[in-house]
Amino acid sequence: MAETVAPSSSSRTLAEVADLVRAKNAGPFWLTLDVFLPTDEAFERVAASAVTDPATIAALYRTPAEGIRVFRMPALKAIKISLPRPVVQGSFADRDMHSGQQHVPLAGIVVG
Amino acid sequence: MTDSLTAEATGPAPSPKRDSIRIVFPIGMLGGGFPEETVARGIRLGADAIAVDGGSTDSGPSYLGAGVAKTPRGAAKRDLRVMLVAARAAGIPVVVTSAGTSGTDSGVDWLAGIAQEIADEESLTFRLATIRSELAQEQVLGALAAGRIRALEPAGPLDAATVERCSHIVGLMGHAPIADALDAGADLVIAGRASDTASVAALALRHGIAPGPAWHAAKTVECGSQCTTDPLGGGVMVEIDDDGFTVVPLDDTSAATPMTVAAHMLYENADPYRMREPAGILDTSAAVYTALDERTTRVEGSRFEAAEQPTIKLEGSAFAGYETMSLVGVRDPEILAHLDAWLARLDGELRRRAHAFLGLEPADYDLEVRAYGHNAVLGDLEPGGSVPREVGVLLRVRAADQATATALAKTANPVLLHLPLAGMTHLPSFAFATSPAEFERGAVYEFVLQHAIEVADERDLFRTEFQEVAPRG
Repeated sequence: MAETVAPSSSSRTLAEVADLVRAKNAGPFWLTLDVFLPTDEAFERVAASAVTDPATIAALYRTPAEGIRVFRMPALKAIKISLPRPVVQGSFADRDMHSGQQHVPLAGIVVG
Repeated sequence: MTDSLTAEATGPAPSPKRDSIRIVFPIGMLGGGFPEETVARGIRLGADAIAVDGGSTDSGPSYLGAGVAKTPRGAAKRDLRVMLVAARAAGIPVVVTSAGTSGTDSGVDWLAGIAQEIADEESLTFRLATIRSELAQEQVLGALAAGRIRALEPAGPLDAATVERCSHIVGLMGHAPIADALDAGADLVIAGRASDTASVAALALRHGIAPGPAWHAAKTVECGSQCTTDPLGGGVMVEIDDDGFTVVPLDDTSAATPMTVAAHMLYENADPYRMREPAGILDTSAAVYTALDERTTRVEGSRFEAAEQPTIKLEGSAFAGYETMSLVGVRDPEILAHLDAWLARLDGELRRRAHAFLGLEPADYDLEVRAYGHNAVLGDLEPGGSVPREVGVLLRVRAADQATATALAKTANPVLLHLPLAGMTHLPSFAFATSPAEFERGAVYEFVLQHAIEVADERDLFRTEFQEVAPRG
């Protein structure tokens, strides 16, 4: 992919680059986000992008950066980001019981 | 309530060392429905046991709070019948963990009652072990006073008031109580709340198989076909030995590839490499995933670090009030073009009426308006977008009693029906979904424990009983 980068690709989002971006609870108190990339090149590019920057994730999910954990898994071409759930699962203010739609803010990050 | 039981007191007979064991895990949750052929094929392939998990916190705090199963009774019965009939014919054990979704004592009793009905209807006899995992508040308060409660990230220290709020508290058992029950001759184990991995780990560890492969195999198959190319497929079998484990899908159309097997370690885990169990930590960072053929994958190199201090993770759900909801549709383009302003006006008007008409103070209730189609799912995180074609406005109110919650929702009703935009000279009417417009949701709960209890032995909190089940005449 890196060899065939076109000028228009400089504004591609994570959703456009990744095979899959997904979110789920990891227990009632954690949210976990998984990104699966199609190629080693795409993995390297995304692993070096704002996607793995705790400050970016903190701003996107309105949560303190200190609690955010980022895992780069090159053998799987995958990136995992886990953070304390901004709202405890099933509490009155919770909008997404399984956290199943919480990947959307992450998927919108421009990865270049 | 006793902490030790007959089986432990007399000491179960140790099981013989085996080189390997084959376990069928037909589906991620009992009652989800799997093809009968799944179990039959697993047995033809030499299965030594069948395991399935019956629960999860993933559907929210209501099930633990109320002690009621998420799964319909008939669906749980159907799945248990398929497993039990086949397993009795083959002479192999069945282990079901986290009975009744949350693993409360009521969930164990519910499933044990279903098992008795199946025995009646299928003329089966078997030795049933039930293992209870529900804890009394006093047990947890005692551990708290003794300094034996640890906070798990991101929770802070536990206080007694939080424990006292819990409707139900369960401890997540590890492998040991289940292994003991099997060693004591159980044909069917119905366990309360357990780690997702406890059943498969118990089946392997009781035969002396190395803990690294045992726990990693257990974690891999805990959602059935989720570790294959077809997450909706017909279950998996795992063969575990001292060096590793092999994952075999139980239908023809799916495959367990190194990618699908390895990727499952990410699913619903905060850390994809290290997982705490009561007895220690599974470390998969050095695991190597190899395709044996197009459909089966072998995993080696998994490690397990025994913990110096066994801990049992707690789950607790507390009563949080009563809820009433209403749903109204908005399709008027003029309202939709100014939806945020309209929603802010709606929220303000509902709170004004709560005080003016019902005399309620803000501390007496919670109220929230969610505009489905606009920003209901992501709230403040919503990056924005175009004007929607329509939105569903869901009103949720919560109060200390149902009557107050419903009174508040009824007070909101005319506003949800007619609220104009500021400056509108006519009174719009919106599209209620139902009559009456209010849905009473009953009692609602919230998860309040993210803590673990230090124990001398991981069996300490769990209570096992045996019963010879036979058809009732």
